[in-house]
Amino acid sequence: MTYLRHVLDHLRKDLRLEWRSRDSINGMLFFALLVVVVFGLAFDPTSYPTITRQISGAILWVALLFASITALNQSWTREQSNNVLEAQRMAPSPASALFLGKALANLLFVLTVEAVLAPIFIVFFNLHALGNVWLLTLILPLGTWALVVNGTFFAALGLRARNRELLLPLLLLPVSLPALLAMVQATTGVLTAELDPIQIGTWIKQLAGYDIIFTTICILLFETVLNAE
Amino acid sequence: MEQRTPTLRSVAWLWFGITIAVLVVGFRQAIFLVPTEATMGNVQRIFYYHLPHAVLGLIFPYVNFIASLAYLFWRRRDPLKALTADALAVAAAEVTVLFVGIGLLSGMLWAKPAWGIWWAWDARLTTYLLLWLLYVSYLLLRRYSPSGQTGTFGAVLSVFAAIDVPIVYMSIQWWRTQHPAPVFGPNGGGIDPSFVPAVLWNMAGWAMWGVLILLFRFALERRRQLAEQEAALVAIEASLEIPQ
Repeated sequence: MTYLRHVLDHLRKDLRLEWRSRDSINGMLFFALLVVVVFGLAFDPTSYPTITRQISGAILWVALLFASITALNQSWTREQSNNVLEAQRMAPSPASALFLGKALANLLFVLTVEAVLAPIFIVFFNLHALGNVWLLTLILPLGTWALVVNGTFFAALGLRARNRELLLPLLLLPVSLPALLAMVQATTGVLTAELDPIQIGTWIKQLAGYDIIFTTICILLFETVLNAE
Repeated sequence: MEQRTPTLRSVAWLWFGITIAVLVVGFRQAIFLVPTEATMGNVQRIFYYHLPHAVLGLIFPYVNFIASLAYLFWRRRDPLKALTADALAVAAAEVTVLFVGIGLLSGMLWAKPAWGIWWAWDARLTTYLLLWLLYVSYLLLRRYSPSGQTGTFGAVLSVFAAIDVPIVYMSIQWWRTQHPAPVFGPNGGGIDPSFVPAVLWNMAGWAMWGVLILLFRFALERRRQLAEQEAALVAIEASLEIPQ
């Protein structure tokens, strides 16, 4: 229970810090909106509803991926001012509690962006989902967690690196490929109703499996990364 | 170390000589001696270069993974052994990028005349490309990380890579069997016995070459680490000199 309390403390701290400046969320929201507009201009979605349904899932996840990369780098810079990171290293609470708290905070930020982005998508793309839309309430959080958990970990790796902003996408994209495949296929399957529920279910299970495996690895290895010198 | 160096050097030259000889025999086998394949003609001969590189490109990542685990294990217990493990890890990663890269390029060169397309997003090829991307990102991480932490960060990413590659393979394999694509790809089993000598000689030759450049790069990295330690020692001793 103490572990959970530590995680919640870190989560509250990050949420409070973000609420005071609202940098990350505003940046993410505007970036995602711009990506939607750019893709809208590139593909002319309203004239080709079938094709739009087929590619909307991919566009949504690509927009979220790039938007969250911009915010993930920032989530650790909060810890660098005032030598806070040294204090975290010296604290008796396990380092993985810091990691989990931060990852959960990032999850909430990206989910907020998704909640705002979804109606914008529907409006700009004239999107009419053919399958069971409630499945998306399962797919979106699982997919977002896959991106956020690895992203928070790799952002921590890049803290004192040169070219820090460049390093995160270079590391995150290859490692996230199986999760990206699963989330895009599942979302497109729901939107186009071309996949039957069993296939969508299998993609969701793969996504959940990926989440469990990589959350475990990140929790186990975070201590090593935090105390790297 | 001073007495061992001449012996090591002679062994290295001998290994180099034998490797070149094996590669020359392999070349002769692959290009001139082995019969021409029925359907694809002489284009198929690139297979004898593609296969060894592709197979070896799957072995060197494991060397990197084991060396990374050894580094993480010894990091706090025996730092000198950890340094050696780190040198082996980076050498194996570079050789992996090389072999996997050549495997990809030779595969693409073969695919265009044989299948009519440069690339296909099936399980095997996508996993192979991902392997290359992961190890390039490994080398970039090492280059961009702050100097005390290259080994640790590299080792951590190596663990991620080792776990990610099988997952990618299984997920795309499942995906592609759901949407059956035209069945193509080199048939792994069922090689006609007359092709076997070319395959074996080239496999042996390129394996020996891979080991040669791996150990050469390892020795280079060790030399760089030892020079760095010397420089650090000199700096510490200089700082200890009491100013008169």
